[in-house]
Amino acid sequence: MNAPAYNFAYLDEQTKRMIRRAILKAIAIPGYQVPFASREMPMPYGWGTGGVQVTAAILGPDDVLKVIDQGSDDTTNAISIRKFFGKTAGVATTTSTTDATVIQTRHRIPEAPLHAGQVLVYQVPIPEPLRFLEPRETETRRMHALGEYGLMHVKLYEDIARFGHIATSYAYPVKVNARYVMDPSPTPKFDNPKMDNCPALQLFGAGREKRIYAIPPHTDVVSLDFEDHPFTRYRFDAPCALCGAGDSYLDEIVTDDKGGRMFVCSDTDYCEQRQQAGHRGSESAAPHKERAHV
Amino acid sequence: MTTVAELPAGFADKVLSAQSTFRSVMDAMARPGSVQRIVSAAGTPSAMMRGTAAIALTLFDHDTPVWLDGGMSATPEVAKWLKFHTSAPVVSDSSIASFALAGDPENLLSLDRFAFGSNEYPDRSTTLILQVESLTDGPFVELQGPGINGTAALRASIQPQDLFERLAINAALFPRGIDVVLVHDDAIVAIPRTTRLARGG
Repeated sequence: MNAPAYNFAYLDEQTKRMIRRAILKAIAIPGYQVPFASREMPMPYGWGTGGVQVTAAILGPDDVLKVIDQGSDDTTNAISIRKFFGKTAGVATTTSTTDATVIQTRHRIPEAPLHAGQVLVYQVPIPEPLRFLEPRETETRRMHALGEYGLMHVKLYEDIARFGHIATSYAYPVKVNARYVMDPSPTPKFDNPKMDNCPALQLFGAGREKRIYAIPPHTDVVSLDFEDHPFTRYRFDAPCALCGAGDSYLDEIVTDDKGGRMFVCSDTDYCEQRQQAGHRGSESAAPHKERAHV
Repeated sequence: MTTVAELPAGFADKVLSAQSTFRSVMDAMARPGSVQRIVSAAGTPSAMMRGTAAIALTLFDHDTPVWLDGGMSATPEVAKWLKFHTSAPVVSDSSIASFALAGDPENLLSLDRFAFGSNEYPDRSTTLILQVESLTDGPFVELQGPGINGTAALRASIQPQDLFERLAINAALFPRGIDVVLVHDDAIVAIPRTTRLARGG
C-alpha cells in the first residue's frame, strides 16, 4: 500500500464531505438526481468514475468490496477498480455477493438476494431518464419538479405502436416511491424487479454527468407500463450452459462462425457457486478438472 | 477570551473517524427511526453532544452555512469551535443554512424559517440537527416510509413535543422539505422528509 501518496480511498477529505452530503440528500429524496462536484479520477469517463467516487466516499477499512462489470467479477474494469481500492484503501475484496458489504456494479444486479448490511453502488452513464426525449436540462428539471412524465409514457407507447410490445430492454424507466421517474442505469430490465423493496441501500453515481441518486432500502420501485401492456422481464429461453440455471440472466456467447452459440450466466459468482454445489450444464467441463492445478 | 489551544479537540483520526461517523449517519438516513451509534470520539464544546460534534466534523466545511439556535449560541464557544475545526460560516439567517444546530429545541424556530429547497432543486434544503433528551425512553411513535420495512418503532423523548406534527409539512411540500437528525449523546436517529407518522406522536 502506498499510503503517503494518497489519502485513504484516494479522494481528499473535502471531496468526500461534498459527496457524502450529496448521498444523504439523495437518500432523503429517493430517485431525485442530486448535483455534485464530480472530480477527475485516474480512469476515463465511462469506466465508472461516478461509482468509484461514491464507493470512495462510503468505504471504510472494515468493508469488503466486490466489483462487477455486466455481472462478471473477472473483466478488466471490475478487476482494475477492485485493485484500485485494494491499493488506495487497503480494503478486503471478494467475488462473493453474500460476503460483500459494498458492491460496485456496472449494468447488473447480482442474482443472489442482497441483504440489509449491504450497499449496492451503480455506475451510471446517463442519469437523466428523459434526456433522449428532451435534451434541455432546464426542461427535464422542470418535468421532474412538476412530476410531469407524460413524455416517457409516450415513448413506451411508441414502442408498442411500432413493435407491438414495449421494446425497451435495458435502462428501463422506473418510478421511485411514487414520485420520481428514474433511470436504473443500463441494467437489463430483467433486474428491475430486484430494485423494488430491496433490503440493501442502492446508490447511483454518474461521474461525467455529475449526479448522485439513491433508493433507500424497502422502497417502492415500479417499472413504468400500461394496464394492457404490463411490464415483463426478459431472458433467453435456455438454461445456463455451465451451471444449468433456469432463473438467471444469460449472456449469449458466439462460439464459432457457423452460428454456434452458448448461453451462460452473466453473474459469474452465481454461476460458480452453483457449479461448486454440483450443478452442471450442457457445456460443463468434467467436475474438478479445471480446478486440479490450483 | 478562548484561545485555540483551549478549544476542545477534533477527531484524533480525521479520515477514519469521519468515515465511520458518515456511515452511521448514512445508515440512519437510509433506515429512518433506527437508532445508530457514533463511535468516533471528539472533543465537544459544552453545549454540544458527542453525536452533534462528530456530525459537524464529518459534514461541515466552507461550503455549508451553519445556523445555531439560542442554546448553541449562548456562549461563543460553539461558533469558535466550528470555525476552527470545520471553517463553516456561521450565519444568522436560518433560511440560507445548510445545517441548523438546535441545542434548545423547546424554543425551536418554526420550520418554515429554514430552507426547504425548491421544486427544481429540493436538495437545497436545511438539515436540522436536534439534540433531544432520550432516544430510548419516552413516548412511542411508529414511523413509515422509504427505508422502513413496514413500520419502525421509536421510543424517544423529543422536544418540541409536537415535532412530528410540525414535520407534517414534509408530506405537503414533497419533494421540498426538511430532513431532521435527532441526537442524544452518541445515538442518532434520522427523520428524512419522506418519513411519515403511522401512530402515536
